[in-house]
Order: sequence, then C-alpha cells, then structure tokens
Amino acid sequence: MADDKSEKKISKISRRELLRSAGLAGAAAFLPAGVHGLAEGEGEILPDEISTATAKQASRSALPQNLTAEETEILDAMVARLIPDDEHGPGAREAGAVGYIDRELGGALSSSREAYRAGLLALDRYSEYSREARFVALTEKDQDSVLFDLQTGGATGAGAGFLGSSAAFFNMVRGHTWEATFGDPIYGGNKDFVGWDLIRYPGPRSAVSPDDQRRLEQGELEPLRRSAYD
Amino acid sequence: MPRRNSEADVVIVGMGAAGGVAALPLARAGLRVVGLEAGTWLDRRDFVPDEIRNNVRDWPFIVKKTQQERPTVRNNASQTASQVGGHPMMNAVGGTSIHYWAQSWRLNPWDFRVVSETVRRYGGSRIPAGSTVEDWPLDYDELEPFYDLVEREVGISGKAGNIRGELDRRGNPFEGPRAREYPMPPLRWTAFLEGMADSARSLGWNPFPGPAAINTEIYEGRPGCVYHGHCNKGGCHVDAKSATYVTTIPKALETGNLTVIPRAHVTTIEVDGDGRVTGANYVIGNDEYFQPAKVVLLAGYTYENVRMLLLSSSRAYPDGLSNNHGQVGRHYMSHHQGAGVSALFPFDLSSWYGLPAQGVAVDEWADDNFDHSNLPFIGGGNLWVYSDRRPIGAANMSTYGRGPNWGSAWKSFIRENADRSVSSYIQKTTLPYETNVLDLDPTAKDSLGLPVIRITASYRENELRIAAYLQDKMEQWYREAGAVEVSRGGLGNTMGVTTHAYGGTRMGDDMETNVVDRWGFSHEAGNLGVLGASVMGTSGARNPTLTAQALSWRTAQHLVDAWGEIAG
Repeated sequence: MADDKSEKKISKISRRELLRSAGLAGAAAFLPAGVHGLAEGEGEILPDEISTATAKQASRSALPQNLTAEETEILDAMVARLIPDDEHGPGAREAGAVGYIDRELGGALSSSREAYRAGLLALDRYSEYSREARFVALTEKDQDSVLFDLQTGGATGAGAGFLGSSAAFFNMVRGHTWEATFGDPIYGGNKDFVGWDLIRYPGPRSAVSPDDQRRLEQGELEPLRRSAYD
Repeated sequence: MPRRNSEADVVIVGMGAAGGVAALPLARAGLRVVGLEAGTWLDRRDFVPDEIRNNVRDWPFIVKKTQQERPTVRNNASQTASQVGGHPMMNAVGGTSIHYWAQSWRLNPWDFRVVSETVRRYGGSRIPAGSTVEDWPLDYDELEPFYDLVEREVGISGKAGNIRGELDRRGNPFEGPRAREYPMPPLRWTAFLEGMADSARSLGWNPFPGPAAINTEIYEGRPGCVYHGHCNKGGCHVDAKSATYVTTIPKALETGNLTVIPRAHVTTIEVDGDGRVTGANYVIGNDEYFQPAKVVLLAGYTYENVRMLLLSSSRAYPDGLSNNHGQVGRHYMSHHQGAGVSALFPFDLSSWYGLPAQGVAVDEWADDNFDHSNLPFIGGGNLWVYSDRRPIGAANMSTYGRGPNWGSAWKSFIRENADRSVSSYIQKTTLPYETNVLDLDPTAKDSLGLPVIRITASYRENELRIAAYLQDKMEQWYREAGAVEVSRGGLGNTMGVTTHAYGGTRMGDDMETNVVDRWGFSHEAGNLGVLGASVMGTSGARNPTLTAQALSWRTAQHLVDAWGEIAG
C-alpha cells in the first residue's frame, strides 16, 4: 500500500507523469501513427495496484528507501559478483540493480522484504563464520566461493539465519538482479542499456517489418536504446 | 434482498473466449442477452511491451480475485491439496483470450472418435486401463461449419492443408476436410523457422505454419500483427490479436441486444422447485443482484464452470446443480504440455520480435497419424517450434551444462548465446481417468469465503510414454537443423493449474457419464447450457480455444433453433 508520503507525491505529480509511470500513456505513446485513435488519458484506468506502483515510481530517490545502509552495502557487493563489471562490459552494479531492488521492496517486491533482511545479514554472518571476514571485505574470489555455497544450499545449515535455504535466497536475489539488469529502464535498472547491450537485444520497437527482420538476421539492425515508455 | 434486474432471455456467465462468441449468434437472432463479467473493459492502451510488467509480474491477469480463486492441486486422493503457482485465468471482458498465445487449431477427426477408432484399428485392449474416454456425441464433420464460422467471425490466420479433401502440403495434410481456406494468410516465418521447416522436410515430415487468432493483414478494420515481441502474456497494443473483446463482443453489442455488466462476480445459479434454472446471483462490491433469465449459459474457465455448479446446490440438486448423476467434476484432463525439449544452436536465431503463435508445426506424430501397432500407447503430439524471446527470459536461459549461471564465465556465455536457444511446445494427447477429478476444496476459500476447486489428477503411463516418444522426435528434428545441445524436461507427473483444462462438465448422450447433452445443455436442468473446454471429452494434441468457441457457437445456434423447447 502507498504510504502517506507517496500519496502526497501522487497528488503533486501531473496526470501525464502518473500515466507514464503506470505504463498507460506509455502504451498510448507506443502506438504506431495511424493506429492511435483515442486521446491520451481517455478510457478507464482500472486495476487498483497501478496506483501503488505509481506512487513508488514517483518517489524515486538516491537514498535507500527500504534497505538499511548495511543491507545495501552487502547487496551491492553481491550483485557486483553475480554480474560483474569485466571485459564483456558493465555489470549489475553499474546497471543500478541495488536501487531497483530497494525501491521495489516497497512496492511489487514487498513480500520479499523480510527474506532480504534476513538473507543479507545471514550472508554476512556466514561469511564471517566460514571466511573470517565480512562479505564486503573478502576478495572477489572468496566472495564467489561464498556465493557458490549459498547457491548450492551449502550455507543453509551453518546457523547463519537464512529463512529457508540459502539457495532460495540466492535464487531470489539472482532473479531480481536479472529483472533489474535486463528489464525496461523505466524501473530504474538497465542503466545506459548495459543489460540489453550485453545480450545484444536490439531494443523495444513498436513494429518490426519484414525488412527489419531481414536486417536483424543479417546483423544489420541498429539497436534502439530506448525504454518502451519513451 | 438482492436487487432484481429485469428478466433477460439469456444470461451468460463469463464474457471471455467462449461466452464472448456465444453472445453473437444469440444477439443476432434477436434474443435479449445479458453478459455477466467479473472483470472490466480493458483496451489496447493498457498493454505495453514491458517484460517486467507482463511476464515477470503477470499483469494484468494476476489480480487478487483470481489469485484467491486458484484451485488447489494434488496428485492423488491420499494427499492434501495446496495452492501452488499462479492462475492464468483473466477476469476482463474478453477474458483469457486477451493474453493467450492465440493458437487457433481445429481438432483432428480422430480426436472425436478415440474409442471407436482405437478399437477398429488396434482392438479394445488398447484403451488404457482406468480411462473414462468416450467418443464425442458429434464428429468432426458436424463441427466443421462452426469452426468455419468462428474462423471468420473471430478472424483466424493460417494455411489450409485439406480443402474438401484436396490436400495442400503447405498446410497440415492431417487436418480434417475444411470448407475453404483461412480468411487470412499465416503469420510469417523467420529465417530460423524456414530452416527448421527445411530440416523437417529432409526428415520426410510435412512442416506447416500454425493457425492463429492474430490478423496478418487488415481484417474487419483491425490491423495486422506488427511483430513487436510482447504478445506472450500481453494484450495486443494494436488490436491485431482477435480476442473476443475486439471481435464478437463488439459485433453483438452493435445489435443492441447484448448488455455487458462488468465487475459482476457471480456466486450461484438460482434454481426453482421444478429443477429449472431461473437466473444468476452476483455481487458488485457489497451490492447483491439477481439477474433473472429464461436460459443460463455458464461460460467461465473450466475450473469455474465446475465450481459454479457445485456451489449452486438446491433442493432439486443437493450435490450441486446438474450433479444428480455425480458427473460434475469428472473426466478432468489438463493438457500434457510439459516434457519440453530445448536446443542450443551455433548461430543467432533472431527471435527477438516473434510471438508464440509464429512457428512451424509437424503433425506426423500427433493423434493416430502414425501406426501404433507396435507402440505401447495411443495418441501422440504436435511438434511446435516458435519464435518468442524477451531480454529477461533470454538472460535466464539454460546454460546447457556449459558453466555456471552467474559471474564472469556466465557473462561470456550469455553474450554469445542469448539469441541462440529455442524451446519447443509439444502438446500431447491426454486422456480422462476415473480418479482424475475436480471437486470443492475442504479448506481453501476465495475472497467471498466460497470454497475453491481442488484438482486431484496425475498423468498416467499412456501420457508419459507419448511424452518420451515425442521428445525423441523433437531431438531428431533439432539435430537435423544443426543444434549443438539438446535438453529435455521431465516427463511430468501432477496436473497443475493450466490454460488447457478440459472436462468436468463433459458432453455426451449418456446422462450416466456426462453432464451436458450433445448440444451443450444439461441432462438434468434443460435450460442450463455450458460453454468452454469443460464440455470437451478429449484433449487432442493442440490448443483448445477454437474448438471451445466452435462448440459455443453451435450451442448458441441450437438455443436459437430450439428456443421454445429449451426456454419453456
């Protein structure tokens, strides 16, 4: 549910912004010329959950909103190993994955808030037990070996405090990191299209003609670096 | 007391793929029709090419109401059922036809006569033990005119393979004879799909494009598909997908004889002392209403049709409406869609702007299109390779055992391979069995406190043997096309909640084993009809919607023709 602060923000932002972040005007803007018959903002806006998502979209800020500073630091180190910055280009940290997860934990991912709190602290505790240092202080190689323990479930029984298995926590963070890195940049991740460039996705298009498809097949289709909502 | 609306001739419960079609012939015949729909009107501006919204978070069909109506699932009667996973049912005018893949197949003639054809060709011992399968009360030829009507009124693209007995190998030579060509040509193929078709031909198979409820050119004022790659779980942003909310429902509204009441959450069907139905009770928010009608047509999802009957008990029907023979909820099947096969190719497939209905099909191994004399099963499956890829899904692809799924090594892998893997969709014959049933869950309740459906069902040996056999065929096809890795899914076990849910109100002449008669009307309550895949007695090896729609039109036409007799 939207809290009081974000409710206030909603009332201050324009209808255009509200529609834009809810994806409705985005859909309208996305229509190819000639098909777009109705004026923007007409028609019913129905599902209730949109207003909640909108509130969170509208109240973006640089400071963490739902994670503590300590949790943010651990998560940041973790996503930087899941998709590292390396010779193949920037990774999840550069894509803005932490900001995405933090914001969405106050919205669409709110049911995962407790699993993040417990899991990030458990990751740190497991790191101290098994590698004698906080996760953020480990070398990249040791961080990777800790994450491998998490992924295989090997860290579950160490008394570190994972809710359920360490693998479930790992897979949850991995899943959200992938959403952030490869999803539409409207959500605040995939900064500078680093995710789409990595997998050579040529970008959202309103229509792909037979010629466009042929160019794609010949490796000649120029990537469109844009959000579907632009 | 609920508010009482003025009486309708026909009330349809559910304005989705089936109800949205049935409304049209009724309204055109001058009957006053009320359509009760739990959801609301959406339109093309509600649909965005946003993978997080559509595919990760399943908007718009994951809403509180439908999630609370998720059936519980268990393998067999000794287990406790629980709600797992999501629910693909969509509440909206147009229903699940808004976000479906829109593959619009006719069943093959064999699917209507599984028992008699199996007995004739292989002997009665080949019907699997415990199966309750029966021949349909109608054959393919009897349904053909309604397939033909729906293909035109809804708008289906495809390539015919058999026009009045003339075979055309550009289409499916195994299909039943059709009166004429599809109203629109098929969706285009990509270079990769052309390559798969060539490989099928070199194996001696007959590849062809599948039929889709998607325009490929301007049709009835709606544009052709623009191939933007977000059709899967998305509504169409240009109205090229022929969902009923842009096809048959608007046409029915134009007659002036259809009233659609959105947000109407139907709770029970009302029954009089003679056992005839008198209308539907529904709520909008906290307000209760009663919609009286001379005839009631149930047109919800399979699970909801069964649930509505079981919830509507009365003096005349103590165990649920139309259930005095204990048949409601029986003969349930969910299509065996699992046991997939995926492959990795050493070149880009250029699949970013495809859709699941854009693909190449092979029917050689479906139904009884091949000799089963020395095979330990009956039936088969349709092989379908399609073009459908979005960035998050692509980045989550299997690494085919070639390394970890994160870290630097993974980045190197995904950079090369994100556009190089492909899944197949192999729909296989599923039979009904004595102990695969739907009933009301003893504990799980929906938002109104009403029990949800409980699925007790598992695949049996016949289904698992088909699955293994089809995986071999699919692997053979991929290898022929140059795949460097092939990966197989498990053969399946529990039948979970699915988009392809059949049975529960099966159609047949014998009231001891079927809920509705050959026209789709209850054997027990003569002015109650049932629409949707819940009346189907076999699954076939292909998507159910077009058959459900053809049957709906036929039931509606019968109602018009026999109005005096049915409405009383």
